[in-house]
Amino acid sequence: MSTKSDKVDRLGELSAVKQDERGVSLWAEAFRQLRRNPSAIVGASILLLFVIISIIGPWLAPYSPTDTMGIREGVIKPGLIPGPSAEHWLGYDHQGRDEFSRLLVGARQTLLVGVISTLIGLTIGALIGGIAGASAGLGGRIGRAVDGVLMRIVDMLLALPSLLLAVSIAALLGASLTTVMIAVGMVSVPVFARLLRGAMIAQSGGDYVLAATSLGVKKSKIAFTHILPNSLAPVIVQATLTLATAIIEAAALSFLGLGNPDSSIPEWGVMLADAQQYLGARPGLAIYPALGIIITALGFTLLGEAMREALDPKLRK
Amino acid sequence: MTEVLVEVDDLKVHFPIKRGVFLDRTVGHVKAVDGVDLRIEKGRTYGLVGESGCGKSTLGRALLQLTKPTGGRVNFDGTELTTLPPKQLRQMRKRMQMIFQDPMSSLDPRQNVESILTEGLQAHGIGGDRTERRKLIAKTLDAVGLPQWALSRYPHEFSGGQRQRIGIARAVVLNPELIVADEPVSALDVSIQAQVINLLGDLQEELGLTYLVIAHDLAVVKHISDTVGVMYLGGLVEEASSDDIYRRPLHPYTRALMSAVPVPDPEVEDRRERILLAGDLPSPANPPTGCRFHTRCPWAQPTKCRDDRPSLRIIGTGTHRVACHWAEQIETGEIRPHAVKAEITADGAGAKDAHGALETALETPGGPVV
Repeated sequence: MSTKSDKVDRLGELSAVKQDERGVSLWAEAFRQLRRNPSAIVGASILLLFVIISIIGPWLAPYSPTDTMGIREGVIKPGLIPGPSAEHWLGYDHQGRDEFSRLLVGARQTLLVGVISTLIGLTIGALIGGIAGASAGLGGRIGRAVDGVLMRIVDMLLALPSLLLAVSIAALLGASLTTVMIAVGMVSVPVFARLLRGAMIAQSGGDYVLAATSLGVKKSKIAFTHILPNSLAPVIVQATLTLATAIIEAAALSFLGLGNPDSSIPEWGVMLADAQQYLGARPGLAIYPALGIIITALGFTLLGEAMREALDPKLRK
Repeated sequence: MTEVLVEVDDLKVHFPIKRGVFLDRTVGHVKAVDGVDLRIEKGRTYGLVGESGCGKSTLGRALLQLTKPTGGRVNFDGTELTTLPPKQLRQMRKRMQMIFQDPMSSLDPRQNVESILTEGLQAHGIGGDRTERRKLIAKTLDAVGLPQWALSRYPHEFSGGQRQRIGIARAVVLNPELIVADEPVSALDVSIQAQVINLLGDLQEELGLTYLVIAHDLAVVKHISDTVGVMYLGGLVEEASSDDIYRRPLHPYTRALMSAVPVPDPEVEDRRERILLAGDLPSPANPPTGCRFHTRCPWAQPTKCRDDRPSLRIIGTGTHRVACHWAEQIETGEIRPHAVKAEITADGAGAKDAHGALETALETPGGPVV
C-alpha cells in the first residue's frame, strides 16, 4: 500500500482539503447556494413579510375588519365608495369597512389556504407517487402492475381541467373554507404523484441502487434510504411553486362563490370576488387584494425557482 | 489445479424488445449474453475483454444475479445462484461484491463515507456494535489508502480516484471472496488508473480475493489478469492464460485486437502484421448465423463459418480455448486472410456506439502501462 505514488497522492489530497472541516452534505450545500442567490433572498423576504403580517396583522390593523363604519358614518352612498384618505389609507370597501385593515387581517386566511391545500396535495400525491414509484422501480412484475393501477387513477384526476375538478369537489362538499382547501389540494395531487413517481423510477435505475442491491440491502430499505431522498428535490420545488398557484386557485374558487361564505373573516380571494360588483365605482377594491396575491405568488415562485437551481446538481456553477 | 470458485455454465441473458401501443408485444430479443461458459479459480483474476456492446458488463451483472439470467447456471463455491431464493441470495451477497465503472454515479450523493461503508455491514449484521464497526471501517480506509477524516465527507467532495477508492472500500469492507470489477478504471485519468490497479492487486494479495475484471483496455487486463477471456457479440471466442493470449492469439478477432496494440519498438512496429476490421459490430438482436464473427473475419471460409457456430475447444495441450473452426490452419498460415467488404448494417444505434468504442480501444491501447 505504501508505494511512493500513493504517498504523493495522499499528500496532494491532504493539501487540497483542510482536515478539520466536516463534510458538507448536499442539503447544506444547497442552502449555502440559496443564500447567495439574489432572487432567493428577494423571494424569501417577500414571504417573510407575508408570514409576519399574517401572524401579527390583526394587531397592526388600525380598525376592526368587520366594523361597517362607512355605513354608520353615512359616507357610503349608492355608486360612491370613498377612496384613500389620511384616516383610511386604502379607503372603504363596499360595506364601509376599512380596506387596509381587511387586507392585513386577510393575509392569515390566505396563507392558511395556500399552505394547507398544498400540504393536502403533497401528502396524498407523495403517498401515491411514492408507492407507485417504489413498486415500479424495484417491485418487478407485480410492482409494475401496482404502479399501473395507481397511475391510471391519477391520470383520471389529471384529465379533468383543474378548476373544473375544484368546482365539482366544492359543489359536492358545499361551500366552506375546508372545501376550498380540499378542492385546491386535490388538484395538485396528480402533479405531485407523477413527479415523485417519475423521479423515483429514474433514481431506481441508478448505479448506486444497483450497488446497494449488490451489498445485500433490503429493497424496502433501498427505497426509503436511497431512492426517496434523492427524488425529493423536484417535489420540494414543486411544493413552493404550488403554494403560489394554490392561493390563486383558492381566490378563483372564492371568486366563483364557492369559498368561505362567512364574510366576517376577510380573505384576499373573497375580497377580490366581492369587488367585482364595484369595479366601475372603485377598481381599487379589486386591485389591492389582487396585488397582494400576485406579490405573494411572486415570492413563492422566486424562492421555488432558486431552490430548483440550488438542488439540481447540473445547474450548479 | 487450484480450486474453482465460480463456475458459469451456458449463461444466457436475453432482453425482450417490446413494441405496441396498448399491449406490449415481444418482437425479439437482444441476446446480450448468449451461452457463456467460464471458470474462475480461487485467488485468481479473470480478465474479460471485448468491445462495448459485446455483453461483458451484462455477463458480470448476471453472474452476481443483479440481472436475472434467461438461462444457464452460475455456481458459486458449490451454491447454485440462479435458483437461490431471494432471501438466501441476499445473504450470499456479502461473499461477492461489485466495483462499478463510474464511481460518482455508483455512490449515493446523500450518504457520507461512513454511512456508505456501514450500510453493507448493517445489512449482514457484521461487526456487532458501533465501535466495532468503526474499527473495521477505519481498517478498510487504511487498506484502500483513504484518510480517516474522509468518514464524515460526501462523495462530491472527493476526486475521481478517491471516489473509486470509496467504491472499492465499500466492496472490501464486507470481506468478500469474489469481486466483479466492471471497468474499474476506464472512468479515471490515466495517471490515476495505475494507482487503482495496483491497489486492486495489493488487496488481492492481502485478502486473497478472486476477481472478475471487465475492461476494454487490453493493457489493463494484461497487467492484472491470470486468465483472459475475449468476448464478441455475447459469446466467448477465446480464453487462455494472460501470457498465452498475448503471445499467441489464435482467434481472428483476438488477433485483430492484439494487432491494434502498438509495439514500443519502431522497427517491429513498422513490420508487424496489422489487421483492420471492416464494418460495424452486428446487432445482438439479430446476430449473424454460424460463427458470430464471420461477417467481419478476414479468414472466414465459405459455408462452414456461416453455417456452424463453433464452440470453445482446447487447442494444444494447455488451457487455451478457442471458438474457431480454422484456428490451427490460420496459425500455420494454411489459410490466408482476404479482404472483407464492409457490410453496412442498417440497424442500429447500438452497433454504431460499439464501433466507436472499438475505435477508441484501438487508438489508445497504451492505457496504464504500469
